[in-house]
Amino acid sequence: MKKPQVITLAHGAGGLLSQQLIAEEFAPLLMRGGQGLNDAAVVSFGDIRVAFSTDSFTVSPLFFPGGDIGSLAVHGTVNDIAMMGAEPRFLSLAFVIEEGFPAADLHHLGQSVAAATEHCGVTVVTGDTKVVERGAADGLFINTSGLGVVSPQADIEPARVQPGDAVLINGTIAQHGTAVMCAREELDVGGEIVSDSASVADVVRELIAALGEKVHALRDPTRGGVAATLNEVAGLAGVTIEIDQAELPIAPQVAGVCEILGLDPLQVACEGRFVAFVDGSVAEQALATMRSLNTGREAAIIGEVTTAGSARVQMRTPLGTTCLVQMPTGELLPRIC
Amino acid sequence: MRYIDEYQDGDKAREIAAQIAEVVGEPLAFMEVCGTHSHAVARYGLSEMFPEQLRLISGPGCPVCVTPPEVIDAGIELAREGIWLAIFGDMMNVPGSQGSLSEVQAQGGQVRVIYSPMQAVEWAQENPHEQVVFMGVGFETTAPSVAVGISEANELGLKNFTVLVAHRLIPPAMEALVSQPDVRIDGFLCPGHVSAIIGSKPYQPLADRGIPCVIAGFEPVDVLQAVYMLARMCQQGEARVMIQYRRVVRAEGNPIAREKVAEVFEVADCRWRGLGMMPDSGLRLREKYRDFDAEARFALDLQAAPEPPGCECGAVLRGAKRPTDCGLFGTACLPDHPIGPCMVSSEGACAAVYQYEAVRDGNR
Ligand code: SF4
Repeated sequence: MKKPQVITLAHGAGGLLSQQLIAEEFAPLLMRGGQGLNDAAVVSFGDIRVAFSTDSFTVSPLFFPGGDIGSLAVHGTVNDIAMMGAEPRFLSLAFVIEEGFPAADLHHLGQSVAAATEHCGVTVVTGDTKVVERGAADGLFINTSGLGVVSPQADIEPARVQPGDAVLINGTIAQHGTAVMCAREELDVGGEIVSDSASVADVVRELIAALGEKVHALRDPTRGGVAATLNEVAGLAGVTIEIDQAELPIAPQVAGVCEILGLDPLQVACEGRFVAFVDGSVAEQALATMRSLNTGREAAIIGEVTTAGSARVQMRTPLGTTCLVQMPTGELLPRIC
Repeated sequence: MRYIDEYQDGDKAREIAAQIAEVVGEPLAFMEVCGTHSHAVARYGLSEMFPEQLRLISGPGCPVCVTPPEVIDAGIELAREGIWLAIFGDMMNVPGSQGSLSEVQAQGGQVRVIYSPMQAVEWAQENPHEQVVFMGVGFETTAPSVAVGISEANELGLKNFTVLVAHRLIPPAMEALVSQPDVRIDGFLCPGHVSAIIGSKPYQPLADRGIPCVIAGFEPVDVLQAVYMLARMCQQGEARVMIQYRRVVRAEGNPIAREKVAEVFEVADCRWRGLGMMPDSGLRLREKYRDFDAEARFALDLQAAPEPPGCECGAVLRGAKRPTDCGLFGTACLPDHPIGPCMVSSEGACAAVYQYEAVRDGNR
């Protein structure tokens, strides 16, 4: 693939181009310690394993049905920590604010951050605020970093995913991306689609408490959606993942919007969902555990890992045929008609 | 992912597939004209359900794919000159001969994805000191809303809104396709959305030439049903225009939408990517609305620009080649950095095959 002349929005969309950018520009310079390219890192201090993660948040509009950039910034980092099998504990919080930003909105976002941290049981322990000239930021950006302690029972690593594993998700897909898109474009779809933005730390905690190292890998399908997550894991573990379209939970309204806009719901971002790969023998137990909690009540077993050796994701359609699920490529753009 | 369950029903689909197998004897090639059909065929792996003698070939019904490169180039040039450009989403990554609009946007050009032409009109209204150009691309489906946008701009007396008109019409392209010596088409799956506007009558000349036409919906069961209707007509030596997509399409189409289009646009000869110049195959603004013509306002000179070297989109759009026949498919040409337009839009034949069925490559 040729090197880009300029960075386009597609480089930030979480698909192949994002991977390529990181692999070519940053990894060769920075990855000296054999770290993996996960959303969070696990570092050890003696016997204690600590998960460490950082994420910057931009979203337009800043306020959307089901959340805002403040709560999103908390949930995003909390979830990245949880994906390592860790209990999120401390957050840093940094704002980059565009000159002229309404103080009342900032106040609301502060309250929203506070409410989300309280709900997630994390504490903001350090922070920063910068104001930049008008035009140098789109309203406001937030960066959060987080620390959490990895559960001693957890052994979470995409490489542990193997044939026979069951693939689960804790709820409906494509909700956040469609909610934000509808809010941004003021699309009237006959009712409000609400973002799924939420912490999944509680579901992860229960899952690991119940199943320990039978939980092989966890990933949150944010940018690039479930399609990106599955392809990443298939690539890292070198396995074929087969999902079943009929088992994918999706709200009819969300499916409808995706249909109209020509978007593949598998590629649309979630912000309160995670995909779990668990040993096939405990699939039902994992499902029951997830469903026992609010953020997992619509959980489903969506597929399984079938074979080792070829990294690929495919989907059984309701017709009994099979289609490929590719790594999403760039920004999601609605089609013409 | 159940939304329209009835039309994704596995049992029903298998039942129809069995019926298709019964009526197909001789080898048959049906063309799905519309990109949304190509997408559904790939996405649902429908070719797995057809008997070997039956082949579906993709046609020219992907709006960005048939938009000639000089139109993209003109848009790029405008955006580079500081004109604000409003586009439908899948235009963003289409390669022109000097890059794509997403690159221009990254370099600071004002390029905005809109969902309806009225948003472009509003954008112009809110920014009276900027020139806003809307790229009017698409078939009979998008033309009505663009026409409404233009008459609205006219009523508002907007002086900073124009349209780069590149609308194309489907039936003339189909007529040109059946005259090709190297592509045999035994029947047409006609586009559902386009037909909701134009009705079934415009396909009659094709039926008169002996080619059955079925207007089809976009769910897998719709497509299977329509294929069965075509295959049965072939078996019985009949050629009629039939409507499978009855829940949306009426024989008379949507006369009100057609009136809106006729008020603003007139039929004109147009160039298509892959198919070249075809008589009466597109739209241009009527005299009364020429003030809204970006080509005139910015003195654009739309000379035929070259196709990307090595790209077989032209042959793919005519049904003469399959995406996998292109030497660049899946190697140099990927959705991330498409060489030709067919790899861009979710409607594009190359993108559909790459995205969903490259694994079965050779099937189509
Ligand atoms: S694979 Fe790419 S280069 Fe080849 S025909 Fe398709 S779009 Fe053109």
